[in-house]
Amino acid sequence: MITVTDLSIQLNGQPILNGVTIEARPGEVTVLLGPNGSGKTTLLLCLSAQLRPQSGTIMLGGHQLEGLPRRRLAQLVATVPQEHHPVFPYTVRELILLGRVSRVGYWAQPGSRDQELVQDILELLGIKSLADKPYTRISGGERQLVLIARCLAQEPQVLLLDEPTSHLDFKNQVVILELVRDLARQRQFTVLLTLHDPNLALLFADRVVLLAGGQVVAQGTPGEVVQPAAMAQLYGMEVEMLSQGERRLLCPKLS
Amino acid sequence: MKARTWVQWGLLLSPLPAFVLALQVGAYPVPWETLWGAFVYCPEQAALPDYLRVIIFNVRLPRIVLAMLVGLTLSFSGATLQAVFRNPLVDAYLLGLSSGAAFGCAISVAFFPSLPIQVGAFIFSLLAAFLTFTLARTRGEVPTLSLILAGIVVSAFFAALVSIIKFVVDPYKLASIVYWLMGSLSLADWHAVATALPWMLVGGGMVWLGRWRLNALSMGEAEAKTLGVEVGRERGLFILAAAIAVAAAVSVSGIIGWVGLMTPHIVRMLVGPDHRRVIPLSMTVGASFMLLSDTVARTFTAGEIPVGIITTLFGAPFFIYLLKKGGQESWKT
Repeated sequence: MITVTDLSIQLNGQPILNGVTIEARPGEVTVLLGPNGSGKTTLLLCLSAQLRPQSGTIMLGGHQLEGLPRRRLAQLVATVPQEHHPVFPYTVRELILLGRVSRVGYWAQPGSRDQELVQDILELLGIKSLADKPYTRISGGERQLVLIARCLAQEPQVLLLDEPTSHLDFKNQVVILELVRDLARQRQFTVLLTLHDPNLALLFADRVVLLAGGQVVAQGTPGEVVQPAAMAQLYGMEVEMLSQGERRLLCPKLS
Repeated sequence: MKARTWVQWGLLLSPLPAFVLALQVGAYPVPWETLWGAFVYCPEQAALPDYLRVIIFNVRLPRIVLAMLVGLTLSFSGATLQAVFRNPLVDAYLLGLSSGAAFGCAISVAFFPSLPIQVGAFIFSLLAAFLTFTLARTRGEVPTLSLILAGIVVSAFFAALVSIIKFVVDPYKLASIVYWLMGSLSLADWHAVATALPWMLVGGGMVWLGRWRLNALSMGEAEAKTLGVEVGRERGLFILAAAIAVAAAVSVSGIIGWVGLMTPHIVRMLVGPDHRRVIPLSMTVGASFMLLSDTVARTFTAGEIPVGIITTLFGAPFFIYLLKKGGQESWKT
């Protein structure tokens, strides 16, 4: 459960987020939509305590974020970073094992229980064949899977993903988002992620939050929130909605 | 996988043959049977003559132990700092340790003959590292780039001071400063081992125990934080551990280049980047490499070549060979 109340943050004197109040529930996928520069990434950085808001409170699974030690925080929240450039070619297994950093003692090495957990995760995500390959030598879609696997190794309650689909092909976008949704359902994770494509939000989101200029302009179910008028206003572009039965699809109006 | 296991065992055990070889060769060669008699079992009728006992236990053994300790220290600290700074061209000297030590040596030779060189070098190398760290600190954080820049500034400053001292001292003192700066283990004795060992044990022990966390720190600051690492504090601890161990090494051996830079690269190319393996194997490979270099330094000519020259002569071409062959395997930018 994530509860953000009246969150405001300025960076270099520029207000980035202004009075943001959102809620994300366990077992659901909550999607942040908004144009570039609307503050989506900043909000995620606040939630993973990489940025410190000037005012407002953040509650994560019943704990107040402020003052939480990093180690405790990492046991609650796992993050898939937007960009990822490891300088050492660790194997996939070694990289996933790093999810255990917050669970293993400071001066200790991961034990057999940690290794077994990683093995289980590799099997769960169907990436056993990648286990001993260097992380730097696998494809973008595989990397995203490995990063999600590392999050699972943290055994968190909250999963944050910053544009998890941005470098992926058509199929892998769907693969990753289906996986994330299934994980939310099965393990009661609270999932919060940012997306650029409102159509993906229509397909996978349980809840949608619209951000514009650092403020929440709407939040609710995709059916309520992802409407042509709201999208047109959010992105400053004419759009129309195509429907076929239950399925709906946004399409830009071309001049 | 199998081949890699063999390689690991080979690297791990490499100090043993180097140790036996180094005991045997030298101005007075000691045959294998005599060594066996001295260390393992000696029948009474073939008791070890006193002069041999002195050569083995008071001349060669302390020097061998010190060479291995210095090599081990330079190597594990190089591996540690390369991970912490995510930079392949880093070793402990980056922190200004070497120039600080050089200055400590120079003032103790030139102005304070009663101050042992080892003490002067140790104090000033730590002081230089502390200065580098303090200069780089801005608003409670120590960004990598400012640390590297501060290291360059501090090094240049102390190097200039050393130059002034070299310029004003008499030629005899100048010679001993210059010789010390080139790096040598010719003054090694048990006392040097005893002064350096505790610091090396503390620094090496900290890095050994925390080595797995180096993997997390090498992911970069932001990511390490989300994994649950207190980046500022833990990075500071690793730097401190490397600095005190290297200050102790430099104070007894002078400035020996290339070992700290090269050994971790070689190890990573052979066994991969996981620091749970890289740290222990850097220690053993560094020890063997240093010991072999020092053995060459004291046996190759009638006199004694400063070992720093040998490590560089061996190290530089070997390093280039490895980079051409498989550098991309060990480091990806």
